[in-house]
Amino acid sequence: MLQASQTAPFVEFDRVQKSYDGQTLVVKDLNLSIPRGEFLTMLGPSGSGKTTTLMMLAGFETATHGEIRLGGRNINDVPPHKRGIGMVFQNYALFPHMSVAENLAFPLEVRKMDKAERDAKVRRALDMVQMGQFANRRPAQLSGGQQQRIALARALVFEPELVLMDEPLGALDKQLREHMQFEIKHLHDRLGITVVYVTHDQTEALTMSDRVAVFNDGIVQQLAPPDELYEAPVNSFVAQFIGENNTLEGIVTALDREKCVVRLDSGDEIDAKPVNVSRVGDRTRVSIRPERVEFNKARLRPDAHTLRARVEEFIYMGDMFRTRLSVAGNDEFVIKSRNAPDQVRLQPGQEIEIGWLPEDCRALDAA
Amino acid sequence: MALPSYATTGQRVWHYTFRTICGLILFYLIAPILVIIPLSFNATDFFTFTPEMLALDPAGYSLKHYDDFFNNIDWQGPLWNSLKIAPMATLLAVALGTLAAVGLSQSHVPFKGAIMAILISPMIVPLIISAAGMYFFYSRIGLQGTYWGVVLAHAALGIPFVIITVTATLVGFDKSLTRASASLGAGPIRTFFKVQMPLILPGVVSGALFAFITSFDEVVVVMFMGAAGQKTLPWQMFIGLREQISPTILAAATVLIAVSVLLLATLELLRRRNERMRGLSAA
Repeated sequence: MLQASQTAPFVEFDRVQKSYDGQTLVVKDLNLSIPRGEFLTMLGPSGSGKTTTLMMLAGFETATHGEIRLGGRNINDVPPHKRGIGMVFQNYALFPHMSVAENLAFPLEVRKMDKAERDAKVRRALDMVQMGQFANRRPAQLSGGQQQRIALARALVFEPELVLMDEPLGALDKQLREHMQFEIKHLHDRLGITVVYVTHDQTEALTMSDRVAVFNDGIVQQLAPPDELYEAPVNSFVAQFIGENNTLEGIVTALDREKCVVRLDSGDEIDAKPVNVSRVGDRTRVSIRPERVEFNKARLRPDAHTLRARVEEFIYMGDMFRTRLSVAGNDEFVIKSRNAPDQVRLQPGQEIEIGWLPEDCRALDAA
Repeated sequence: MALPSYATTGQRVWHYTFRTICGLILFYLIAPILVIIPLSFNATDFFTFTPEMLALDPAGYSLKHYDDFFNNIDWQGPLWNSLKIAPMATLLAVALGTLAAVGLSQSHVPFKGAIMAILISPMIVPLIISAAGMYFFYSRIGLQGTYWGVVLAHAALGIPFVIITVTATLVGFDKSLTRASASLGAGPIRTFFKVQMPLILPGVVSGALFAFITSFDEVVVVMFMGAAGQKTLPWQMFIGLREQISPTILAAATVLIAVSVLLLATLELLRRRNERMRGLSAA
């Protein structure tokens, strides 16, 4: 990934707003700049404004307010067919009356390329997605995964610098989806194109992206690389939306820059890293990832605060054990441990003590 | 649909009664048309089955009415008029009707229902009222009694059929295809002809067939709108029935039936082709 500071932003949303009915804003004051070559994912629940944002970039929706720039040029008034942006649709949108090769040749014909050059590019694009032998098939004669490959090849064949993908893997089964995630990622790395990808699948977002923009309620809640997003969510929405997450609610009783103490509603006190709390007495919701919870006393710091927990349920998941605990009045507290030879299998009803590193426990807004 | 082995007597009786009723209905619909065909080969000049015909005696049959139809200027004039008017009316109806249907399928069009109702109205308003209204309107603007007057009137009658068939095909049309086309760099006109049109073509073609047949067998409006120079085949048949009762009418009718069957067969073939394309595309 290129650093934003090294190059001018390639795609820019500048105070963009969108309203369909003139009353409620679907996208509220969006500022986003995407450097050339980045793989940016817009992630969020349905109705969060991510697809609307993508459609505004593609030109199928107009921004109610603000400016969208591509390569420094304002494209608000440029119609979709003159933007030169490749796009992959959720339902593939292959032309059913054309063969695979004709589908791919379509954008090249529009650009008045001569036949020899066209054929060469179509062949190269098909080989790129390992679909060379399917050139003469109709889209309907292909499986979902194959159709998606063709849709991808068609969006890339005219060599756009920017490619938009609107939940392109949504209709595929899990295994194929995971396979295609890597394939798209590798194509991105190899071709050096800029990709803006929309999904509501957080695993997909984490796996593929250079940066993820988490949308909710028309606002970008956090824009960060996947690891930062997962390990350092800036608010409770992001913490809840990305990955599995345990929450405990309480009041801040001591606070300095590095550490705070939270008194839970049950009366227990725990250490946490202050993120969204500003002063003692604030209500907060602390968030701990299931795999960062430790119940082996030997591995905890001697001075760490611990909590008593009762095992409610043990689920064997193959590579992982998922144990549901009742902690400080919350019986949806989940811990995950790797299925290693020396790993302890907890029994329902068992009483244990759990703890964590203070930096893994983030005190967020109480919302 | 065979009877299951556990059917009761009542169910058996109903099963066969039902089939008989269906058969009778179909017979009722088709008999008046079928009876015309043998009669048109009548060797006499009357609308009756002669004893020779009933005895299947070759002497009872002849092609003389066909000879009359194809060689008499009284029939050839109207036939050519029909063949000049119907295709032009069809062309206009298809062009305008398809555009209207595509326009009305856009989500942002206001008063969609009202516009649709107005465009469809020629199909619903009694023909004689349309004809009378058109007569006064076209006389005022000097189109009454001209070729273009008849063509325009027939196009107006054909447009509702085109709108209805094209709208029906557009319902199944995936809007993301036009978006995909735009994202690939094709402007709206190219998108329409290269992406949308091939996929809605069966609807357009069946609309065109309906529009063609509407014009080809229309008699009320043309009698109001046309002068002697625009006398069409149905008009001539109508006059023939009233004034001369010549079996040539039957020959003409048989020719028209043959043409209609051919057109409908074409339509059906196209529909199947489309179904194949769509059936496969729904992966």
